[in-house]
Amino acid sequence: MLRTFAYVRPGSVGEALEQLEERGARVHAGGTDLLGCLRDGVFEASKVVSLSRIGELRGITAAPDGELRIGAMATIAALAAHPAVKERFTALSDAASVVASPQLRNQGTLGGNLCQRPRCWYYRGGYDCVRKGGETCYAIGGENQYHAIFGGGACWIVHPSDTAPALMALDARVRLVGPKGARVLPLEKFYLLPDDDATKETVLEPGEIVLGVQVPPPAKGTRSAYRKVRARGSWDFAMAGLAWAIAMDDGRVADARLVLSGVAPAPWRLHAVEKLLIRQRLDAKTVARAAAAAVVGAKPLEQNAYKVPLVRGLVEDALGAASRA
Amino acid sequence: MSHDEQGKPAATATGVSRRGFITSVGSGAIGVAAAGALVKGAPPSPPPDTLKAGDLSAVTITVNGRRHQVLVEARWSLLYVLRDRLGLTGTKIGCERGECGACTVLIDGKARYACMTLAVEADGHEVTTVEGLMQGEELGPVQQAFAEDDAFQCGYCTPGQVMAAEGLLRENPSPTIEDVRHGMAGNICRCGAYAHIFTAVVKAADLKRGGR
Repeated sequence: MLRTFAYVRPGSVGEALEQLEERGARVHAGGTDLLGCLRDGVFEASKVVSLSRIGELRGITAAPDGELRIGAMATIAALAAHPAVKERFTALSDAASVVASPQLRNQGTLGGNLCQRPRCWYYRGGYDCVRKGGETCYAIGGENQYHAIFGGGACWIVHPSDTAPALMALDARVRLVGPKGARVLPLEKFYLLPDDDATKETVLEPGEIVLGVQVPPPAKGTRSAYRKVRARGSWDFAMAGLAWAIAMDDGRVADARLVLSGVAPAPWRLHAVEKLLIRQRLDAKTVARAAAAAVVGAKPLEQNAYKVPLVRGLVEDALGAASRA
Repeated sequence: MSHDEQGKPAATATGVSRRGFITSVGSGAIGVAAAGALVKGAPPSPPPDTLKAGDLSAVTITVNGRRHQVLVEARWSLLYVLRDRLGLTGTKIGCERGECGACTVLIDGKARYACMTLAVEADGHEVTTVEGLMQGEELGPVQQAFAEDDAFQCGYCTPGQVMAAEGLLRENPSPTIEDVRHGMAGNICRCGAYAHIFTAVVKAADLKRGGR
């Protein structure tokens, strides 16, 4: 049984923000991560503020100009099944369809998926780790086969979201609203690394929530996809994954965005790879250079060096698929 | 899971919290909207539904077609309410962390984990449990297929497997074996009866279409 908390279900975003001003109030979107964290004692809640009655946050709409607008409370299942998402934002539909299990996709929301807390077993377990305000990252020198190879430092979690790297590859922006007003950020600027702040994964301020996500129409000739590699075929978090969106023009790369999941404390964009691909044909030589560039700067821990060749392979396979377009 | 932990309802019961919590007079959004419209000059949206910590408040949940008004604490899971308040013990307690699928029920026709759903979140919604798949004294098609294909060993995960299959078949009436594998991925069978479970789901699709 969970510890006692109050529950409130506002009918509007404004009311939700008012309710969230209370210290100890926590947002309930789908609730799948919130309830898990409360059960595991990762944090506590004096009040749970449910967004389930705010209808305006649920929609998925393809605007006439081609922009895709997704409300924070749209379920992952709705996203995976949406025809326009499948057809034109394939990386996102790929990612949504491999999130967790059918039951969790029916309940979990996009906003929740973007804001979920990490799955590191030290963070979820009873350890006073850096991310919980302690002094030690127990993954360093501990059981670290699923931890980060990029962007670590004070903390070596991997960000657990599949939809975030896909949305980042599709150049999405995220809409936030809080006590200080609304703001729109490129999704890349939404996430933090331990060097920025090792106790939170996003820039969300206290009382601030995600309203939704906007994805611009993909440029002509763009294809996108997401591939997730798991320890088993059934549902699991990514050991590593790669979301990519590549626009080809006359056999050459016009634009490329590649973002890894499961290897860093935030979705990990491969800027160097993107840069070297521009205006290139995707021949064997370019693919080999790209795969090598993808893992420059990787710092594997004791048990997760396998992620380095895994990332190389993901990049090789993705570029191979893009070249066969 | 232990019963002495379960909320001590006698000690915390202070009656229905009525302030702003209108579901005791109607089901969900309809009751709320009507109440808002009756108040002159009321703001466009009704006041938030509120449950105080530790209080018992009335929610209306339709389970297997029957409307129940239940007093719940905010922290109670739907799983706890189904089993320990409504006596529907077909839904099983497994991991209580959204991983094993033993507690799978349908909410508004979609498979969900009852352990990861607050009972108050089911307020105004329709829940189907394994008991609701019975057709009178007869087994429903998914249950029938599981029995015929011997799709279990110990049977503990079976109600959850059956409900996951029911949810899958309502969305995809003719799944391939690959669709079945993907669609049943949220349910663990510790005995490892997966091969029979997957063929049973394909058979259940046949039975639902009236085939044999």
